[in-house]
Amino acid sequence: MPQVFHRSANTFSKVSIFGALFALAAVVYGLALINRSSYVTWAGVAREQPVPFSHRHHAGELGIDCRYCHTTVERVASAGVPPTATCMNCHSQIWRMSPTLEPVRASYRDGTSIPWVRVHDLPDFVYFNHSIHVHKGIGCQSCHGRIDEMNLVWQESSLQMEWCLDCHRNPERHVRPRKEIFNMAWKADDQAVLGPALMREYEIERRVDCNVCHR
Amino acid sequence: MSGRASTIVVGRGRLRAPVVVWVLALVVLGVGCRQDMHDQPKYQPLEASAFFADGRASRPVVPGTVARGQLREDSRLYAGRDSAGSFVEEVPFSVTRAVLDRGHERYDIYCSPCHDRVGNGNGMIVQRGFKRPPSLHEERLRDTPDGYFFQVVTEGFGAMKGYAAQVPPRDRWAIVAYIRALQLSQHAVLAEWPLETRAELARGASASAPVRRGPAHD
Ligand code: HEC
Ligand code: HEC
Ligand code: HEC
Ligand code: HEC
Ligand code: HEC
Ligand code: HEC
Repeated sequence: MPQVFHRSANTFSKVSIFGALFALAAVVYGLALINRSSYVTWAGVAREQPVPFSHRHHAGELGIDCRYCHTTVERVASAGVPPTATCMNCHSQIWRMSPTLEPVRASYRDGTSIPWVRVHDLPDFVYFNHSIHVHKGIGCQSCHGRIDEMNLVWQESSLQMEWCLDCHRNPERHVRPRKEIFNMAWKADDQAVLGPALMREYEIERRVDCNVCHR
Repeated sequence: MSGRASTIVVGRGRLRAPVVVWVLALVVLGVGCRQDMHDQPKYQPLEASAFFADGRASRPVVPGTVARGQLREDSRLYAGRDSAGSFVEEVPFSVTRAVLDRGHERYDIYCSPCHDRVGNGNGMIVQRGFKRPPSLHEERLRDTPDGYFFQVVTEGFGAMKGYAAQVPPRDRWAIVAYIRALQLSQHAVLAEWPLETRAELARGASASAPVRRGPAHD
């Protein structure tokens, strides 16, 4: 019987078996990339808000401390979003007639809520707590990025488990002095020296047990 | 269970490839679509609610409710007034270094946007058009009792709204204590200084001028 395939087909078949491995690896790699991309995590996507509230303006240029609005961040799990009354502390006088601020004034008049669009949202099976992070010397900026330079807030980090664990395994890379927590521009002179020293001072543990976050 | 399933896959020896592919695809893709554990039927702080008429999951406190440990009986501590209704002269607990530091921090967060860090009333928001508050170093304000400041912070004053919702009572007192320190920093009377410090100052330049050194600058 004459040969159907040329001899070179042997090589082809071997190469294609070999190649299939790579193709498979590429698919897996691709999926991993997609999983970490902002398409899945929403990282880096600024969200439209009912009022174009700008952190750049308020926290950056005007220099208002985060805690003026996010009053509970040092005490409880949730940092909280300020009630309309907080805006009116200033906007009862500043930009009183601005149409941009009409939803704020309407909310104040009627006692209704401003429907802010949530930017960060962990799945409900994850437990997160701001106060412990603030007390153990993790700055807002380490997780949220330069909020004071954002007009509309976006999520800086992936918020995936991998990201949490990366810090929980090596907190010394991120820890800072407590008085610099709310300073967005802070940079360590030498984190390699400062980190381990603060780890000891604040008695930070490496918390990687599943039940720390899944409880 | 497996009996029925296998007949779907291989029907009388003929392989129904499209069906297999679709079932597999549904199984694989369907897995990622279940969000039940991500969005559990429970409320998180400030979440929206379809159940309550006002659309909020966080419920307002029923009027007249007193939360455990929140019965604010002590009018000196919670209203800045004694039982006769007049302002208390001094912060109703002992002012330690820790209280002053706390007051310093809280003042810078909640008051400095308008009153500025020294209390002159030229904060950032004032520079952007807010009514200019009086300087905290005015004689009138230096002579008022501590309880008055507490009340202004709690209930507001004229164009300034109250800060009771943002600052808990003890922090409000800490702020009052710090304002006293600020006032002192701008109007220290030499005769009231401890002797050693006075000697130290005398060695420096003119000691008669008001001492302009204070916690606001460090
Ligand atoms: C003047 C009030 C104000 C100040 C000051 C302020 N914020 Fe906010 N913040 C808000 C409001 C209102 C929202 C909700 C609207 C939005 O997301 O932009 C918000 C939202 C956020 C969010 C996103 C919340 C979400 O939906 O996930 C983060 C993170 C945040 N703020 C961090 C900060 C940090 C860090 C600082 C200090 C540098 C700060 N904020 C200062 C008012 C304020
Ligand atoms: C501590 C004072 C202060 C607070 C609190 C505050 N703002 Fe402002 N806001 C300002 C000032 C001052 C400006 C204008 C700055 C300027 O003129 O450049 C401003 C400007 C704005 C503008 C732009 C107005 C326009 O027409 O361009 C918006 C929108 C706004 N604020 C929303 C808010 C919201 C929403 C809140 C509550 C979460 C809030 N602000 C709380 C001080 C404040
Ligand atoms: C360890 C990382 C981390 C640090 C540090 C951190 N945050 Fe967050 N923040 C998060 C995560 C994660 C969420 C989402 C929480 C959720 O979905 O339950 C969040 C949510 C928020 C929100 C939305 C409201 C809420 O509580 O869900 C605000 C506002 C906020 N953070 C402000 C701050 C401020 C201000 C600081 C600095 C004191 C800060 N965060 C520090 C990780 C962090
Ligand atoms: C930049 C560093 C950093 C990141 C990112 C981070 N954490 Fe933490 N976390 C810490 C440190 C430091 C502690 C304190 C550990 C200790 O000493 O107990 C901590 C503690 C905690 C605790 C408290 C444990 C307890 O016993 O109360 C929880 C819960 C937690 N983290 C959840 C999370 C979750 C969920 C994420 C991701 C969304 C996250 N953290 C991201 C640094 C981080
Ligand atoms: C530091 C906090 C933290 C610790 C510790 C932690 N997780 Fe997670 N885990 C998370 C977060 C955050 C998510 C949500 C990730 C997301 O939304 O993509 C998550 C998600 C998961 C999921 C669901 C994945 C999915 O795609 O829905 C599983 C399963 C899980 N974790 C198992 C574990 C196990 C097992 C351990 C212990 C070895 C563990 N986790 C320890 C924070 C943590
Ligand atoms: C948004 C700007 C703003 C902020 C923030 C603010 N104030 Fe005021 N404050 C004012 C203005 C304006 C006045 C003058 C009000 C008037 O005369 O109508 C004032 C007046 C005062 C007075 C003088 C009352 C009198 O008898 O003359 C005191 C005391 C005072 N504030 C304390 C504080 C303290 C303490 C804080 C911080 C918790 C604070 N203020 C935060 C704007 C502000």
